[in-house]
Amino acid sequence: MNLLWGLLTGIVFGFLLQKGRVLRYEKQLGALRLQDMTIIKFMMSGILVGMVGIYALNAFGQDALNLKATILGANVIGGLLFGIGWGLYGLCPGTAIGALGEGRWHALFGIVGMWVGAALFAALYPWLTETVMTWGDFGKITLPGILGISPWIVIVVMLVAVVALFRWFEKIKI
Amino acid sequence: MSTTNDGGWNPYVAGALVGVLAILSVGLTGQFLGASTTFVRMAAAITQWIAPAQAEANEYFQRVGPRLDWQGMVLIGILLGAALAAWHDRSFKVEAVPPMWAERFGTNLWRRGAVAFVGGIFAMFGARLADGCPSGHGLSGLMQLSVSGFISLAGFFAGGLVVANLVYRRKTQ
Repeated sequence: MNLLWGLLTGIVFGFLLQKGRVLRYEKQLGALRLQDMTIIKFMMSGILVGMVGIYALNAFGQDALNLKATILGANVIGGLLFGIGWGLYGLCPGTAIGALGEGRWHALFGIVGMWVGAALFAALYPWLTETVMTWGDFGKITLPGILGISPWIVIVVMLVAVVALFRWFEKIKI
Repeated sequence: MSTTNDGGWNPYVAGALVGVLAILSVGLTGQFLGASTTFVRMAAAITQWIAPAQAEANEYFQRVGPRLDWQGMVLIGILLGAALAAWHDRSFKVEAVPPMWAERFGTNLWRRGAVAFVGGIFAMFGARLADGCPSGHGLSGLMQLSVSGFISLAGFFAGGLVVANLVYRRKTQ
C-alpha cells in the first residue's frame, strides 16, 4: 500500500514537473545564468503552499515535521559540491529521471555519474562521519525554533518576501 | 489555464500544485518528497552485482541497502508522469544534446556526456553529504522551515551560479 502511494505521488509529481517545464537543462541553467527563473517560480510556489499546509497539519495535532539535522560542515560543503555538479549537469536527481521520461535521454550520462558519486560517498563514509559530518552539528532545528518565535510569523515574512521576489521577476521579465 | 510560450503550464500554478501534493502526501502517509536516497540504493544494487564483497562490507550500503521503497516508487512514478504529460501535449522529444549546450559547444555527444557524467558525480556526492537534494532539502526542507534546508539550498545555488557562469562565460577579446 505504501509502495502504491509512492507510485501515485510520483506520477502526479512527474506530471507537474513536466507541465511546469522544469525538467529541461535550459530551464535549470537558465536560472543559474539568471536569465529564466521558471524553476525558482515553480519551486518557491510549492514551498509557499506546502509550508502553510504542513504547519496547519501540525497545528491540528498531526506531528507532521520530519526534519533533517543541521550540520554546518555537511550542509555547506555538501551543498556547494552539489551546486558545482548541478551547474555542469544541469539536472538534479528528481528532474534527471523526469527528463528521461520526456525523451531527453542525455540525462543518462549524469544518472550514471550519480551512481558513481553515491558509491564514492559510500566508500568515504567512515571518514566523513568522523570529520565533515561532525562539524557544527546543531541537530534538528527550524528557523522559528532558533529565533524563538511562532512559525506563523516566519511563514508570513516568507510569503511577503517571496511574492515580492515574484513581482520583481515579472517586472524584469526573467 | 494560462500557458507559457513553450506550451507549458504557468510555473506558479504547477508549483503550487506540487505544494498541495506534498501536503496530501504528508497528511495521508507521513512521507516527504525526496529523490537522492534512491540513487544510493541503485548504487548499492550495482555494487552488489559487480563487487559483492565490497557491498557487503560497506557501512553506508548496509544502512541504505538495495531496496525498493516508497521513494523508489516515487522515482518510477516521476518517469511515468513526465512521459504521460509529454505525450499529453506532444512535447516528448528524443534529445541527445540539450539545445542550449549545442548552441555554445556543438552537438558532440561525448563532450556533453563527459561533462554531465562528472557533474553527476559531484551532484550526488554533495547531495549525500548534505543529506538531501533540491527535493529533500529544497522543497521538503524549506516547507518545514528547517535550518538545514535553507543552508543547503543556499549552497546549491551558490555552487551552481559560479559553475554555470564559468561554463557559459563571455569570451574575452
